[in-house]
Amino acid sequence: MRLLAAIFDSLGKSVLHAVEEMGRIILLFLSVLSWMVRPPWRLRNIFKQMEFVGVRSIFVVVLTGMFTGMVMALQGYHGFRMFSAESMVGSAVALGMTRELGPVLTSLMVTARAGSAMAAELGTMKVTEQIDALYVMAANPVQYLIVPRVIAGVIMVPFLTVISDFVGILGGYFVGVQILNINSGIFIKNITKMVELNDIYNGLIKAACFGLILSLVGCYKGFNTSGGAEGVGRATTEAVVLASITILISDYFLTALMF
Amino acid sequence: MIKLVDIHKSFGKQKVLNGLNLEIEDGKTTVIIGRSGGGKSVLLKHIIGLMRPDSGQVLVDGVDMTKLNDKELNEIRKKFGMLFQEAALFDSMNVGENVAFPLREHAKIKEKEIWEIVADRLRAVGLTGVEEKMPSELSGGMRKRVGLARAIALHPQIVLFDEPTTGLDPIMAEAINQLIIETQQNFNLTCVVISHDIQSIFRIGHKIAMLYEGDIIAYGTSEEIRASDNPVIVQFLAGSIEGPIRIM
Ligand SMILES: Nc1ncnc2c1ncn2[C@@H]1O[C@H](COP(=O)(O)OP(=O)(O)O)[C@@H](O)[C@H]1O
Ligand SMILES: [Mg+2]
Repeated sequence: MRLLAAIFDSLGKSVLHAVEEMGRIILLFLSVLSWMVRPPWRLRNIFKQMEFVGVRSIFVVVLTGMFTGMVMALQGYHGFRMFSAESMVGSAVALGMTRELGPVLTSLMVTARAGSAMAAELGTMKVTEQIDALYVMAANPVQYLIVPRVIAGVIMVPFLTVISDFVGILGGYFVGVQILNINSGIFIKNITKMVELNDIYNGLIKAACFGLILSLVGCYKGFNTSGGAEGVGRATTEAVVLASITILISDYFLTALMF
Repeated sequence: MIKLVDIHKSFGKQKVLNGLNLEIEDGKTTVIIGRSGGGKSVLLKHIIGLMRPDSGQVLVDGVDMTKLNDKELNEIRKKFGMLFQEAALFDSMNVGENVAFPLREHAKIKEKEIWEIVADRLRAVGLTGVEEKMPSELSGGMRKRVGLARAIALHPQIVLFDEPTTGLDPIMAEAINQLIIETQQNFNLTCVVISHDIQSIFRIGHKIAMLYEGDIIAYGTSEEIRASDNPVIVQFLAGSIEGPIRIM
């Protein structure tokens, strides 16, 4: 009985904690929105973050997108062959990439690369009082540090997703046509027949939401760091875990809403 | 003038400031002494509005800092400069950009003037030609000098120093003390200095305040403090283990 009570007690506490944290992240989001519309607009910071989040993630995104498309073609081929429907491989890869795997894999990679870096950088600034120094010099840290990162996340994750979709389909094409000898014309025709512009748009809207989540969570964790170097490490891990989980959960609900 | 009235501040169950009162005179250096972990940094953060008290008032030239919103706080903070304990230089920027930061933010002046002021402030703290260096390349003493140059970049009226000499060798500590004295005089600043370096206290402080168990238990000139027979002060100044201050 006591054990049961203890289990429910700790379960209740973690649920409460999660709800509280969600609330604080939403509050931070509102604060970001209100600082976003106030001058000065820090273009230099925004471009710097866009370069960091976007341009420097291209390589990993290309690599993951390409191999995902390739493995989908391989798996799809063996599945579809049972119904003699090998020609469907192209559209399966294209739909899978644009609707689901492009946005999700891209944002998970960017979470690991840039979301973690945001938490670590802001966390270090917090524990070394650089964030207090910003306040003291009358530069609001939400505006100076967080707004540019969130803008970069929302803009660059969809941009990376387009790249991922494209190279994924390319990888699928390579495996399907070059290795598995599916007819090239049929492969492409199937894609254009099955994939609608809406699939791509919805995928990109998802990507923008995920970009918002990963930058907001990364900044939130960094901003609330305490306890020296150890605290920075903890904040970084927590940011990656929380952002990844939130992305996957919200992916379900966004999909349910969209398709 | 800065006036702290009946400040209470707790973190969870831990009471850090307990009905604290203090007046800080304009154009003078006030040194706040007290034990490590006694709440000196917390006190300083209340003066500049980085922390809000649970109750009480922080009056800066008659304005209650605790009642201000973000925007009003931003405005009043332009009167302040602060040197943090570890200097808190932005490590993504070089020295010159660090000192230029408050100028870029608040002074509507041309780039060329900004760099003239940067060079001037760096010269004032005894550094020249270090603009291109990154903070990580500097020694502790140099970082604090750069921090001071940044704190005085905008000609503040009030400068807060959080343990400016802690962690420095005696010669560098003396150089920083000298620098605080000179800057205070040259810019006619109101300085609030936190320290537990007995040497420095009497060198730089016009007025000295002792923080103990969440309140200011003594306030006066260096002579008055030195002559005090309050056992807490006697023990603190002597650095003795015996006395009313409990060692945890
Ligand atoms: N943001 C905070 N949250 C919780 N406790 C804090 C915070 N800042 C300071 N404290 C606690 O308040 C006490 C006083 O700290 P501080 O003012 O930094 O001491 P010092 O006199 O050495 O500068 C310490 O016990 C510290 O743990
Ligand atoms: Mg301190």
